[in-house]
Amino acid sequence: MKTDVVIIGAGAVGCAVARELSKYQVNVIVVDKNEDIGGDASKSNSAIIHTGYDATPGTLESQLVVSANPMYDELCKSLDVPFKRVGAILPAFTDEQFNKLPEIKAKAFKNHVYDVEYKTGAELLKMEPNLNPEVKGGLYIPRESIIDPFILVQALAENAYANGVQFLLNAKVTDIKTKDGKIKSVVTERGEIETTYVINCAALYCDEIAKMVGKDEYKVVARKGQFYILDKNTSCKVERIVLPIPTKITKGKLMCPTIHGNMLVGPTAEDQESKVDKSTTADGLDSIAKDVKNLVPNVNLRDTITQYCGLRPNRNPEGLHFDMYDDLFGYVNLSGVCSTGLTLSVAMGKYVVQQLLFSGANFILKENFISTRKGIVKFSEQSLSVQEELIKQNPLYGNIICRCETITEAEILDAIHRPLGAKSVDAIKRRVRAGMGRCQGGFCGPKVIEILARELNIKPEEVNKNNLGSHMVTGRTR
Amino acid sequence: MYNINCDVAIVGGGPAGLAAAVSAKQEGANKVLIIERDNALGGILQQCIHPGFGLTRFNEELTGPEYYGRFVDKANEVGVDYLLNSMVLQVNGEDKTIICANSEYGLTLVNAKSIILAMGCRERTRANIVIPGTRPAGLYTAGSAQRLINRQNIMVGKKVVILGSGDIGMIMARRMSLEGAKVVMVVELMDYLAGLTRNRVQCLDDFGIPLKLAHTITRIEGNTRVTGVYVAPVDENKKPILSQEEFVECDTVLFSVGLIPENELSSKAGVLINKVTNGPSVDQYMQTSISGVFACGNVVHVNDLVDNVSAESEQAGKYAARYAMGNFPKTTGDVCCQTGKNVRYLCPHKLALSNEYDKVTLYFRVLSPKQNVTLTVRCGDNIIAKKKELRVSPGEMNSIKVDTSLITDDSITVDVIEGD
Repeated sequence: MKTDVVIIGAGAVGCAVARELSKYQVNVIVVDKNEDIGGDASKSNSAIIHTGYDATPGTLESQLVVSANPMYDELCKSLDVPFKRVGAILPAFTDEQFNKLPEIKAKAFKNHVYDVEYKTGAELLKMEPNLNPEVKGGLYIPRESIIDPFILVQALAENAYANGVQFLLNAKVTDIKTKDGKIKSVVTERGEIETTYVINCAALYCDEIAKMVGKDEYKVVARKGQFYILDKNTSCKVERIVLPIPTKITKGKLMCPTIHGNMLVGPTAEDQESKVDKSTTADGLDSIAKDVKNLVPNVNLRDTITQYCGLRPNRNPEGLHFDMYDDLFGYVNLSGVCSTGLTLSVAMGKYVVQQLLFSGANFILKENFISTRKGIVKFSEQSLSVQEELIKQNPLYGNIICRCETITEAEILDAIHRPLGAKSVDAIKRRVRAGMGRCQGGFCGPKVIEILARELNIKPEEVNKNNLGSHMVTGRTR
Repeated sequence: MYNINCDVAIVGGGPAGLAAAVSAKQEGANKVLIIERDNALGGILQQCIHPGFGLTRFNEELTGPEYYGRFVDKANEVGVDYLLNSMVLQVNGEDKTIICANSEYGLTLVNAKSIILAMGCRERTRANIVIPGTRPAGLYTAGSAQRLINRQNIMVGKKVVILGSGDIGMIMARRMSLEGAKVVMVVELMDYLAGLTRNRVQCLDDFGIPLKLAHTITRIEGNTRVTGVYVAPVDENKKPILSQEEFVECDTVLFSVGLIPENELSSKAGVLINKVTNGPSVDQYMQTSISGVFACGNVVHVNDLVDNVSAESEQAGKYAARYAMGNFPKTTGDVCCQTGKNVRYLCPHKLALSNEYDKVTLYFRVLSPKQNVTLTVRCGDNIIAKKKELRVSPGEMNSIKVDTSLITDDSITVDVIEGD
């Protein structure tokens, strides 16, 4: 295989860089070790599009997050991504917390986030009646927003694909070859790719990739974040992102709605050696339960429908880094992309391309760039007349597979057969939400296995939950 | 939109819906329509290929398909209509309309005179009970595994740990064993069995499968497929004793940790839901808080015997038919059914007083297992019904009949007392 640019990692950043590059006449291949686009950290996070109000002023992270936030209205419209500007509140319950508010606001201004407002306790309680009534006052950050993080990455990837970017999945990078101070090729489990540029968007594994070219000046430290998801029907809800006032040690645990109407509670922040251990723990989950009650005392964690865990690819030494090297032409290193990674991905895409152009890359803009992408039609969100029309056009819209989320067979087939389509149970879940509801796939799971086997023309025992080896079933009965 | 008019519309064609439909028809309702999401009638019994159904009702031991088969035959005989492959999207209790999606007819509007909710229940999941650990393949609720094995003929795993000694869990222990899997153990949080004793004997003891009472799974391991679980005993507060945690190798974990009545449609329709049973609050006619909307079976409260479901559903069918035909009993007030000593919940939750006196069966579950007990129904200072039981257990539903003509107060209370 031969190309101009290899992007390592099909997470939010990798796919955003790919989409940005696809505006130019340049050959791009995105490689990923996983079976699906969507990365690791990009699919298990708080699904928030930040404003950057609390970034460290003057850093690259501040610059990118602050510039990324305003891009989402337009981007989500053209790429059909569920996105909502719900706003965030930072309530103070103690004098100590209350006295910190001016400092937080001043920092926001330094980050050029000027629309942060003071609110009184009464105002905050009016906005969020389920807030701890001891609230003394706080800050309101109107542009903090929520998004479907899975669909964001899918949309970026699908749009990049529509514009000619290739994706090579299940293709772990095993080596990068260099020659005369230049990148020569990327070796993957699915073959070697000759390339001029390599962009390391490997997040958790970016230090291992960097090591392959001798640029391992840092280590990735996985920082575990555990979350609860609550049923859409839980009685105690919030409408905005409710953030605690950060302490010196931790940013703390938040409660917010998801774009689909569930409640999200978490995360923990636990540094760990392992990059694969995504287990939830009794202690971690208990600590969430304890902490969130300070914000929203009546939150009912018994309404949980699932708990999950993500690993933030923290960097030691800390901070978001973008690096190119004088002695290694063609290599671009991104590291320290962590909590704000989802938000800044789209700005990072532009930044990377800009830097490549500055450094002499002769990329010429395409005239026929396709800027929009159509998502999978969501039957459950349509009016009755549209639903009727859909079933008339395609009777499979009348066949509801996931009863909790009202997901039809037509949507599942679209998820499987569209470009970069779903090949596993989880991949379907992330595209159409079948199995994301309160029964967690208890009812639709067996049907989804059957549909995947039928559509991909494989045996049921070849259907995976996600990556290779995660077979759902073991074979036929006797 | 495609339109159907009927007297009684029934949401769900499982054992509850079928019994209600037959009974409504027999009561004289002209057109009785079952709306079923599956491609066949029978509900969950389609995957219950084991025997043990019908002992109370038919005095013989039937398999699930044999049991519901009798009702399907009867439904065909009396002329019940049904709409298969149709998912109900909306129930409007006030104007008695239902909208459902169907591949063939598109969206369908059903206009009824009365409605019976018979959607059944769903299984509690691993996440509902917050078992920590990883999230690999190989974790199934017992019912999902049962569907895969019995309806899709797909085997879910080879070495199994089952959490929860509910009936489905025990039945699946036997089923997995018969299919050649090794069931390592059944783990139960409580210090007593959750399901029926006969299932323990026939499904665990007969197959040499160990039952670990007062134990739980503390975490799950494995990144792609399950590789094992940690099992620990629990103290009197149900907290795991981590010093005694043990690793148990397995590739599959089945969860049989309870059922939850599925009432999202009912709630959206505005039906009042009881917090203990998680099902609609009903009276002895199985009428919900909305006039003309009835409910029966596991959507009301989780039953252990389908025979009870059938009996309760016939009641719903009968009165839904009478409601549709305009000869529903004239009610004059409500009597509240209260849980007394060692009673977790009661169903029906209230009794409607009317000009028609009746012998009503109160179904209930106890809080804790006891032996040699007396069940009583009190009304004020009077005991209006009394019954002895050798043993009671939360896993086995109890019942007692009361004569509504003996009720003199605005509430009755059921107690389960040790001794006489």
